[in-house]
Amino acid sequence: MSELSCAIMITVNGEEMRATVEARKTLVDFLREDLGLTGSHIGCEHGICGACTVRVDGTIVRGCLMLAVQCDGARVDTIEGVSDTGEIGDLQEAFQKRNALQCGYCTPGMLLTVQELLAKGGVPSREAIREHISGNYCRCTGYHAIVDAVESVAHARAGGKS
Amino acid sequence: MKPAAFAYAKARSLRDAITLLGKHKKGARLLAGGQSLIAALNMRLDAPSVLIDINGIEGLDEIHLKKGWVEIGALVRHSQALHSPIIAKHVPLIAKALPHIAHPAIRNRGTIGGSIALADPAAELPACLVALGGEAVITGPKGKRTVKADNFFKDLFETALGPRDVLTAIRVPVASSESRFGFAEICRRRGDYAIVGLATSARVKDKELSDIRLVYFGIGSKPERARKAEAALVKGKIDAAVAALDDDLDPHDDVQATGATRRYLAGVLLKRIARELAEVRL
Repeated sequence: MSELSCAIMITVNGEEMRATVEARKTLVDFLREDLGLTGSHIGCEHGICGACTVRVDGTIVRGCLMLAVQCDGARVDTIEGVSDTGEIGDLQEAFQKRNALQCGYCTPGMLLTVQELLAKGGVPSREAIREHISGNYCRCTGYHAIVDAVESVAHARAGGKS
Repeated sequence: MKPAAFAYAKARSLRDAITLLGKHKKGARLLAGGQSLIAALNMRLDAPSVLIDINGIEGLDEIHLKKGWVEIGALVRHSQALHSPIIAKHVPLIAKALPHIAHPAIRNRGTIGGSIALADPAAELPACLVALGGEAVITGPKGKRTVKADNFFKDLFETALGPRDVLTAIRVPVASSESRFGFAEICRRRGDYAIVGLATSARVKDKELSDIRLVYFGIGSKPERARKAEAALVKGKIDAAVAALDDDLDPHDDVQATGATRRYLAGVLLKRIARELAEVRL
């Protein structure tokens, strides 16, 4: 009934798989250590920095504040998955073009976070973009270039000029 | 930084959760959104022997309008509440507070019930529940009961919940045309816990304020009502209300701010809120 290790069925980046995980293993550790998906980064491990942001059943979560065992039956998307499908190709290009990253440590989490905002449609205000990324720390850029990149993609997706 | 080993059990029903709590006694913790619990486990501030996951229990993630009350299920996520038309229309104080709680990814997981049951003295929702004169709905081994918010929060992270109790919902009265609400907090970065915050409700009838509740958070061991300041504010005396905070509050020092700074900021918030409540008077 209660176990130190549990068998789970999980769909990661579209691929369904079975795994046995320690109950205490966080989702991001499972992705990195068990599946080798090291695009999700680990920063603070207590929910502050946002580097481990991944999508579970379509919404972004902290990979360090969710256990792998809780994802039994869930669909998980990581930066590897959304890169491969091309879902965020325009965002990645804009980040590169506008120098919205330097060391890149925050970038996977940042991209998944802003993709959730942009997927709602429309062109969010710069203030709304800043609010949405307020839980993702970047220590390089000062955020301005990130907001520029996100705003330009929002305009482009809405059919305007970037 | 990893949690100490623990076992995991998924509760299939409320009854199952209560049975598991009884079986594992003090070593068990209920896992709802986990946005505070798992952080605490990662930092090894807590090392339970078993986590009882209540996320699969049906019926706890609903928001209902019932005869003058809004009942918010314990597993309603912050983001779900933030987008709820029922909460926007009938519980405007909580609608005002929700955007201040953490960040989008955390609001997607964090639950209303988890925030109330944890009773972090710096959290927004416990103060809102007290300001609204709401209730906690609890199921334990002996059945269901409700506890008024005034009696629910006991001390630092201590509530009326017993070791085998599960918080299943909160109930708050529906706002009327006479209701007024105010919410403000001061924090260093967006989404941080507040250095000090204030949740208020009041009634305005014939241009007179009444039934004022001023509830501070981040400034004591639990949501703190400022009763002397409330009495002064009813008479329209803002400066006297701010002065009365000396008696009402006992601010603490910590790494974010000294007690004296907190006391000063509590007055700043009161002045802001008084104007917001006023609309009609003051």
